[in-house]
Amino acid sequence: MRKYVPKDSVQKKAYYTDRFHVVPSTPREDVSTDEVFAKHLETLSAKVEVKSARIELGSMVVEINHKDNYKAVEILRDECGYAQLTEMSAVDYLAKDGNFEVFYQLLNLKEAKRMRLVMRIEQGLAVESVVPLFKSANFAEREMFDMFGIVSNNHPLMKRIIMPDDWEGHPLLKTYPLQGDEFASWYEVDKIFGKDAREAIGPENRDPSRIDRYDTKRFSRVGYEVPFGADISEGETKTEIEYSKTFLVDYTKGSGKQLDKRK
Amino acid sequence: MQQPNKLSPFFENLNFERDDNTMVINFGPQHPSAHGQLRLVLELDGEQVVKAYPDIGYLHRGIEKMAENMTYNEFLPTTDRLDYIASTSNNYAYALAVEKLLGIEAPRRAQVIRTMLLELNRLISHLFFIATHALDVGAMSVFLYAFREREFAMDLMEDYCGARLTHSSVRIGGVPLDIPDGWLSQMRDFCDKVEYELEHTYNALLQENRIWKMRLEDVGVISPEDALSWGCTGPMLRGSGIAYDIRKEEPYELYSELDFDIPVADTNDSYGRYRLYMAEMTESIKIIRQLIPMYDETEPQLMAHAPKYISAPKEEIMTQNYALMQHFVLVTQGMRPPKGEVYVPTESPKGELGFYIKSEGEPYAYRLKCRAPSFYHTGLLQELLVGTYIADVVTIIGSTNIVFGEVDR
Repeated sequence: MRKYVPKDSVQKKAYYTDRFHVVPSTPREDVSTDEVFAKHLETLSAKVEVKSARIELGSMVVEINHKDNYKAVEILRDECGYAQLTEMSAVDYLAKDGNFEVFYQLLNLKEAKRMRLVMRIEQGLAVESVVPLFKSANFAEREMFDMFGIVSNNHPLMKRIIMPDDWEGHPLLKTYPLQGDEFASWYEVDKIFGKDAREAIGPENRDPSRIDRYDTKRFSRVGYEVPFGADISEGETKTEIEYSKTFLVDYTKGSGKQLDKRK
Repeated sequence: MQQPNKLSPFFENLNFERDDNTMVINFGPQHPSAHGQLRLVLELDGEQVVKAYPDIGYLHRGIEKMAENMTYNEFLPTTDRLDYIASTSNNYAYALAVEKLLGIEAPRRAQVIRTMLLELNRLISHLFFIATHALDVGAMSVFLYAFREREFAMDLMEDYCGARLTHSSVRIGGVPLDIPDGWLSQMRDFCDKVEYELEHTYNALLQENRIWKMRLEDVGVISPEDALSWGCTGPMLRGSGIAYDIRKEEPYELYSELDFDIPVADTNDSYGRYRLYMAEMTESIKIIRQLIPMYDETEPQLMAHAPKYISAPKEEIMTQNYALMQHFVLVTQGMRPPKGEVYVPTESPKGELGFYIKSEGEPYAYRLKCRAPSFYHTGLLQELLVGTYIADVVTIIGSTNIVFGEVDR
C-alpha cells in the first residue's frame, strides 16, 4: 500500500520523532514586566481590542483582530512612537487552523524597542493596506500577495513583485511543493517555444540533483565516453582512457636559447 | 494596446508609442550599473524621469521556501547567497536568530572571532561600494585601488575559512575554526594599509574632487521622514541624519564592550552617504584594532556547549560514545528548537538584516522570513528617482548600495 502523504502540507517532514519527545516552548513573559511595553500596550488596548499580548525573546507580540490592523498600526505609529515598519509578511496556518497569520514588525527608534503586531486572517479575505502610514509596506504587501495570495485593499499597485505576472500559484503556501508544481514545469517551455513544443521538449527538470543516466548532453561516464548527444539506451562501449602526454623539452642543450642570457 | 502573438511576444508594462511626449526605457536587467538583476522601467520626459518602476525578481531562488525544507544547519550555507558581497554578516544574522531561539550563547573566543569577521566583512562591503559607486559615476581608478585592498581582505577571509565569497564562516553556536597562525598580525597590517589608503588614496581622489562632488551633491536627497517611512536602515538612514545603529542601540555580540562612534550625515544626499561610508570604514578599523588584543585573553572553546542542539567538538565525538550518538542524531535529524518565534535584527553593511523564524518544534523552520535591507531600499527607488535626470539615476542606484541576492532572495 502506498504511504499516505497529506495534501495540505507538502513540505519536508521529520522522518523520525521520538515518542517521548516533548516540545518545549520559548520563555514568554507578561507584558507588565517591561514598563515601556506595558505603556504602549495600554495605549493600544484603550482603542483596539487586544486578543493576547506577551513578551517573547525581547520583543512584544500583540495579537489583534484583522479588521483593526490599520487603526492599530496608526496608533502605534502616532502615539507609541513606532516610527518604522521594518518588516511585514505572513505565515501559512491553513493546514492547522485554516487561516494565515499576518505580522507587522515595528521599531521604535527613540526607545530602541521592537514589537510585532500579529493577526489571523481567513483565506480569501483581504487585509487593509498600511501603505498610507508606512511606505515600506508597499513592497512588503506586494511580496505577501505574491507569496501567499493575501490581497491588500487600497494598495497603490497590487500585483506580483517577485514571480512573473502570469504565474499561477503562490510559492510560500504549504501546499506548494519545493520543486514547483505542474504549471511551473511547463512555464518556460510554453513561454519560449509555445504550447505546441511541449511534446518535443518535455517538462522542465526542476530537481537540481536529478541525474539522467541516458542524458549524454550533460553527463558522461569516465571510461565510457560517447559523442555529444549520442543515444546510449542500448548501452555504450568501453573506451580506453587517453592521458595527455607532456613532452619534456630539454632547453639546456640544442637550441641554446636561454632567457636569462637575452639582452 | 499590444496584440501579442508568437512572433511578437507580450512586453510587460511597455508601451513605446504614446500619445504624450514621454519615452519609456528599460534600465536593466542586464545593465552594468544596475548592481545585479534590477530592471527599472523609466518614463522619461526629455532627460527627466517622470515615473520609475523597479521590477525585481530576476534572481529569485526561493530561499525562504528552501529554509522550510532544510534543517537549521543545512540552511546556513544558503544564507551566503543573500548578500554575496559580505556573506559572513548573513551567516551571522541567521546563526544569531537561531541561537536566540535556542537560548544559547557563543563562547567568548567565538564572539571575538565573529565580531572581527563581521567588521572585516563590513570593510569588504564598503570597499566594494566605494569601488563600484565610483566606477558607475566614472572614476575608474578608485575602482582599481579599492579592489586591490578588497583583495587583501578577501585573502584574510580565505585564510580563515577557505572561501572568498561564500564564507559560511559562522555556525549556529559559535565558529567552526580558530584563527590560523599569524592571521592577527596580517589583520593588523591590513588595518594599517586600509587606513593609509583611505586617507591618501580614496579621500585624495574623491573627497574634494570637483567632478565627484558635482555628480553626488544634492543628488538622491532622502528626507528623514521618507527614510523612516520607506524602511531605510543602515547607512541610508544615517545618511538622512538619523543616528540609529543596531550595534549601538540594541547591542549584540561584543559591540557593547567596544568603543566606536556612529557617523551621521545630515546632508541627506549621495555625497553625504559616500562620506558616511568612508567614516564607517574608519570605525570598523578601530573596532578590529580593539578586538585583536581581546582574542588572546579568551579560552580556546569555539562552540557553545548545548548537547541537545549542538554537536560536541570533534575530539569528543571521536573518543566518546555518547557524543558520537548525539552527533549522529543531530546530523541525520537536525536540531529541534523550542516552539516559538523570534526576530533578531543585526546591522549588516547594507542596513538592518534580520531573520524572523517561526518554529513549531520541528527540525525544519515553519516559516523563515529574511528581512533584507536592500529590498526596502529598492522600493524607495520608485519615489526617489522621480524628478531626477537620467544621468543621476546611476548615481542614485549606486548610492543606495543594493545587492540583488538579498532583494530577490
